Amino acid sequence: MTEAVEASWRRRSVLRVVPPARARKLAKVPFVELADGRLQGVVSSGSDIERVYVSSVAAGTHAYHCSTNNNRPCGGLRGNPCKHLHALADEAIIQYGVEPVARYLRVDVGDGVDTGAELFARMDPRHEPSPAAVVFSRFLHHLAYLEVPESTAPLPELQWFPASAAVG
Amino acid sequence: MLAHQVTRLRTDVPAGLTEALDVVAGFDAVLTRGFARIGEEDAAALAALADAVAGTPLGARVAEAVGKVTAGSVAEEHLAVLAGARSALLGAAHDALLGQLDGVLGRDRSPWPGAAAGATEVSPARLAARAWLHEVALTGWRGVDHELVSGAAAPVEDALAEPGSRRLAVLLDGLAAELRACVPVAAMPQAPVRRWADLWARGMLLTQGAPAGPAADVELVSGRLLPLGVDVHEHDTAVQVGLHAVLEPAGGGTPRLVRATVGAAKVATIVGPAIWRLFPGQPTLLRALAGRRAVTVTDLPLHGGDLRWDDTRAELGEPTDPFATARVLLASATAASTPPLDRHPAAIAEPVLVEGAAVRDDGGLVLDLDGERVPVTVDRLPASGPLTRGRVAAATACLGLLRWDDGRWLLQPLGVRFTSKRQVAEAHNGDWADGVTDPKIAKADAKAGDAVAVLRERAGRLLRR
Repeated sequence: MTEAVEASWRRRSVLRVVPPARARKLAKVPFVELADGRLQGVVSSGSDIERVYVSSVAAGTHAYHCSTNNNRPCGGLRGNPCKHLHALADEAIIQYGVEPVARYLRVDVGDGVDTGAELFARMDPRHEPSPAAVVFSRFLHHLAYLEVPESTAPLPELQWFPASAAVG
Repeated sequence: MLAHQVTRLRTDVPAGLTEALDVVAGFDAVLTRGFARIGEEDAAALAALADAVAGTPLGARVAEAVGKVTAGSVAEEHLAVLAGARSALLGAAHDALLGQLDGVLGRDRSPWPGAAAGATEVSPARLAARAWLHEVALTGWRGVDHELVSGAAAPVEDALAEPGSRRLAVLLDGLAAELRACVPVAAMPQAPVRRWADLWARGMLLTQGAPAGPAADVELVSGRLLPLGVDVHEHDTAVQVGLHAVLEPAGGGTPRLVRATVGAAKVATIVGPAIWRLFPGQPTLLRALAGRRAVTVTDLPLHGGDLRWDDTRAELGEPTDPFATARVLLASATAASTPPLDRHPAAIAEPVLVEGAAVRDDGGLVLDLDGERVPVTVDRLPASGPLTRGRVAAATACLGLLRWDDGRWLLQPLGVRFTSKRQVAEAHNGDWADGVTDPKIAKADAKAGDAVAVLRERAGRLLRR
């Protein structure tokens, strides 16, 4: 930060503190987040529309797991991250950008990392089961926002949150 | 807007503004360090706050609260009083700045109609929110950790479930998301301390069960609504679309500057043009925004300058030219006063038309009116519309909102007339409200799929098990 930028961060009421998420396709991976010390999310099953997988990679240790939301381990985990984990990492990179994801997971990425597979190649990942319930309930909580009715009363506090394109 | 008006805005700084903002900055520093340990510097800043409001009805209560807090007794009620004092100073700054602007523009503004409605009951969600804000204040921004941030989740959820606490829920969720992204705050070169203190203080006021609006002073209006421009606000879990328009009252009378605002809850992955799909209940409004069409409204409640939108009382009219509306009607239209508790410089958003200015790019974009310069808020160009930095830079006319932040007036473009390949074209924030009209963007949008539909399908299948 330059001095001028610091001064404006100190004195401005209206700032974009968190960059907006970048648009991505949600059909395969409806939910991705960097939270609870993990990259975690929900991946829709390719074969069964009723089924979803909960996938996660821990920051630092890079312990990964993938299971159905009923805690049935994913059949694709055979000593390596499954396709759901790859899809999760791919979409996280689109949504947040490589750098924030790598920083959160504490992965040293140089140049040339654009995909989840390349990100996993820079880790020493190991499998360690973790419960799906917490992530799945966070996903349901996330979806519940879409159930909140529209409002026609002004929300004056949103004056502090102008919409802005990712660039600018 | 003309060059000599910009000159007056720049030079006629309201008396006392700088001093008031210094007092606010002192308070913001206390909130950054935390109220748990009040040092000498903190005590001086709080004493200055008490001095600043000493001659007002708040004086005695603020002096008492400052005394208690400085002595180490930091109760919620004392913090609420301090939040009130800070808000009063910024409310006064709002009034002074808007008064200056009205004088310069020759804009008439109707006074606030009488007393506000009585305070509403304090709900459990508000109590929980107040407890969280108290904890945050004790800790200070620099001490905020993930555990404290997580503590906002429960009050947010409860407040969202209460229709009367939507504003509080939206504010807390936005603030908590920023804190989460910034932990550890102490490691930041500079935390956004004015901004966070604004949100903290407003949150504190909203937890008091303060009246949300002038319930007793609603009037029903009918007439023709002529669009000026569309303003979009959003954070990860909320979006709001506001139409600034001139209302020509049925049966004649002075035209009035009004806003129609609709909001929706969303998630972080619904961005860009996808936000328009969050308003299935407002088809007439969306078509009016997209087509810049007039709307005939019948018996719509008006609170100050805010129309309470009801799509069933709105009938779509003919396409209009917002630039012509501004040119012909803006000078004679009467503006409304802001509800007292919403007054803050960040709430200033006055529609203006700028013609005959050159746009210069010296790092940021600047409107140059005969040598008088107004910075353009290029960080307020929503991805949900066709307004881009390039189009603003090529603008020959601009409809926008005058805003004030960090000691200066800024212009937020809502729509521009610009020249592209020797053709004159227009771009307005609401142009894509009824579907993306730019073939390239529409194609990309279609390829990405309908984010709202995908998530609604997932919600339908997974939520009600």
